[in-house]
Amino acid sequence: MTTAVLFRQVSRHFGPVRAVDAVDLDIAEGEFFGMLGPSGSGKTTCLRLIAGFEQPSAGHIEIFGETAEGVPPYRRNVNTVFQDYALFPHLNVLDNVAYGLMVRKVPRAERHARAEEALAMVKLAGYGARRPAALSGGQRQRVALARALVNRPRVLLLDEPLGALDLKLREQMQEELKALQQSLGITFVFVTHDQGEALSMADRVAVFNEGRIVQVGTPQQIYDRPRTRFVADFVGSSNVLPPALTRALGGPEAWASLRPEALRLTAPGAGRVSGTVAGLRYLGAATRIGVAVEGATLAALLPAGRPAPTPGEAVGLDWDPAALHPMEAG
Amino acid sequence: MAAPAALAAPRPGLAARTADALWRRPGLTLFLMLTPPMLWLGIVYLGSLFALLLQSFFSIDEFSGLIVRELTLKTYGELLRPANFDIIIRTVTMAAAVTVAAAILAFPIAYFAARYARGRWKALFYLGVMLPLWSSYLVKVYAWKLILAKEGILTYILDGLGLMPVLELLLSVPVIGGTSLSVSYIGTFLVFLYVWLPFMILPMQAALERVPASLIEASGDLGATPGQALATVILPLALPGVVAGSIFTFSLTLGDYIIPQIVGSSRLFIGQAVYAHQGTAGNIPLAAAFTVVPIVIMGVYLWMAKRQGAFDAL
Amino acid sequence: MRSDGRRAPLGLTLAAAGGLAFLHLPILLIFLYAFTTEDKSYQFPPPGLTLKWFAVAWGRPDVWAALGLSLKVAAVSTAIALVLGTLCAAAVSRSRFFGRETVSLLVILPIALPGIITGIALRSAFSIAEIPFSTWTIILGHATFCVVVVYNNAVARFRRLSGSLIEASMDLGADGFQTFRHVVLPNIGSALLAGGMLAFALSFDEVIVTTFTAGQQQTLPIWMLEELVRPRQRPVTNVVAVAVVLVTFLPILAAYYLTRDGEHVAGQGK
Repeated sequence: MTTAVLFRQVSRHFGPVRAVDAVDLDIAEGEFFGMLGPSGSGKTTCLRLIAGFEQPSAGHIEIFGETAEGVPPYRRNVNTVFQDYALFPHLNVLDNVAYGLMVRKVPRAERHARAEEALAMVKLAGYGARRPAALSGGQRQRVALARALVNRPRVLLLDEPLGALDLKLREQMQEELKALQQSLGITFVFVTHDQGEALSMADRVAVFNEGRIVQVGTPQQIYDRPRTRFVADFVGSSNVLPPALTRALGGPEAWASLRPEALRLTAPGAGRVSGTVAGLRYLGAATRIGVAVEGATLAALLPAGRPAPTPGEAVGLDWDPAALHPMEAG
Repeated sequence: MAAPAALAAPRPGLAARTADALWRRPGLTLFLMLTPPMLWLGIVYLGSLFALLLQSFFSIDEFSGLIVRELTLKTYGELLRPANFDIIIRTVTMAAAVTVAAAILAFPIAYFAARYARGRWKALFYLGVMLPLWSSYLVKVYAWKLILAKEGILTYILDGLGLMPVLELLLSVPVIGGTSLSVSYIGTFLVFLYVWLPFMILPMQAALERVPASLIEASGDLGATPGQALATVILPLALPGVVAGSIFTFSLTLGDYIIPQIVGSSRLFIGQAVYAHQGTAGNIPLAAAFTVVPIVIMGVYLWMAKRQGAFDAL
Repeated sequence: MRSDGRRAPLGLTLAAAGGLAFLHLPILLIFLYAFTTEDKSYQFPPPGLTLKWFAVAWGRPDVWAALGLSLKVAAVSTAIALVLGTLCAAAVSRSRFFGRETVSLLVILPIALPGIITGIALRSAFSIAEIPFSTWTIILGHATFCVVVVYNNAVARFRRLSGSLIEASMDLGADGFQTFRHVVLPNIGSALLAGGMLAFALSFDEVIVTTFTAGQQQTLPIWMLEELVRPRQRPVTNVVAVAVVLVTFLPILAAYYLTRDGEHVAGQGK
């Protein structure tokens, strides 16, 4: 498998701030790759390093095996969908989409034909004559997508692609983006702070924290086997157990993660551990139950429709031993 | 179709190569962009200014009338002579009077435009201030020469209203009076006020636009009369705008030499003194020393204005 | 600020209207005087009305020469100011560098300080450097204070030009020059045009600095100044004053509509 983007010990410092700190990264061709992390974790800077808007302070970047340092963004066959879409306000939709072809001196008729094609691909056929200002947020995003894809990039970068859309539209666009990526076979790299978005769209996810990549893996790996407390906490919400508690619950003496949905309520004494219900939070599809156990509170998810206990009630908790996942201290 | 290369080779051509080189060196690009304007302003303007300031430390030989190129404070001493010091006092007093009057006249226009004018009216108000501001300075001065002339419209109107005795009474006041409006300080003051008024209105309006209406309504809720709201809420919030506007009215009055020459008594203002000394008298050092006065006054004024936060209203 | 539906107090309305009238009536008066039959004094009301002074002024070669020089100076100064002001504005808005404030201050200084200082400073510099007065000495002075007008307009527009537009252009394959031509220029164009118009009006009308840098040459304002100091041909001066008002109003109005539309378009993008 070809490597599309490769980072070796890449750092980007802004004065004393280490926005990206010794990052190694391998993104395979045709992959839908997510970069997930809180704001300021370095994920967007990594995206800008791939696009060429930033240059590494140290380290080495390759794009399809070619050295990328010192290559300006306009000579990289990499295109970006910007967070604010960055549509040119003085051009209509068609000319926006055709912009990349225009600066590459593609003849007018051909570039308009290709731009129309790209617009059709994002379901905006017939919108070419409009001004970006006359479009809705979702439509603008499709234009931005068409404008990037019309250049047939080897890598498409998406910066918080769904951040500005409302919930319903976001879910729809997640599916469309995924379908588009599969049909085009282009490498997609996207940045998000929304763990649900990362898990649902990406083939693989890199979790960023404080300028470093904490873990790379498939969504299942990231979710089920978080490597550190940070990942366990940031991706989904997990019960993060200190070493003593892990030991008390039958694991090794190490930090561990135990997902709330892996916990089952039983009669007191029937499970692996017993405790009392400390609180309930109704979430719709499930109820989140806090159970006081061994001096800590564990969260358990009770699917809707099951009889819920009342606060103060004694209950037991049971789980599959494999769900108790020990982690590195980090 | 074969996949295109991930990284394109540089495009041929000098422009593309230059673009690449500039992209690699953002510092150089910045330097190249700043060099022409900074050379122009640095050499042509600052150079001239420093040469002028330097000359204020030279003196003039009283017998030969030639400039003595030795550093001395003698010329500055000359500034403090009663005749010259009077000029400074007169000019600063005029600038202060014009500024205060402009602030008073500007307030209703600025306040109305900021708070009550909407849509078309707002545009009309804006243009109504912008057009006089930008229209020809000399034409404006000329208009007042027409107005203040003895046989002109003001006399005609006052005569028609039977108010001529009032004007004569006003003109008989010592110092500010004179034989007619066009040769009195009152006349000079009126023209200054007219010509610089738009420079006060615009910053004041900008400052007032930032006073949220809710603030004024809140003060009304708390029992303030409109007068109290004006004094305790609106005026303090408009103050940065007044200060910003006064920078213009003050500076422009200090440096003007044409208005007092055309409308006013024969007593000099700083600008006229500078003009006279550098021209026929050929006393460049004294002229230079005179120009330092508005520079220093404006320097102090700007420094105080900055502490007031007036620059945000510009 | 929302106070729609609220009526302004009558006193305030009257004061504001009076203030605006005070600003405009004197200029309108000049239009009346251009038609007066009286040519020896500023008599009001005019004893009679005539159109003949327009013909007289039209036939005056000295007025045409002064107008020609003023237009030439204004055109060249505006062109220089456009280049220098745009470069400065672009540099200041594209990066935060050491001395950024100093650059802004330096650009603003020529109009912040009284014009007479700029004038006498340039004049003494010309005499020290032994540069004879010419059209170019006038232009040198005018371009210096016109830069700030272009700069102010351009900086305001650059501030609204989102940085990601430039990155988007580069991302799509346009190098620095192409980006300037296809993205930056179309977006700041109307602001530059407006700045240029105002610079033109400023230069066309300037008299204080010009008296120091013109030598024996006559721009239109210098011609008018001499008439003001020593009135010799009142009727022609009246007509010239009317012409000057009209010539300066057009660029100012145009600049206003240009920047207003610019704000409108830029506002839509948000």
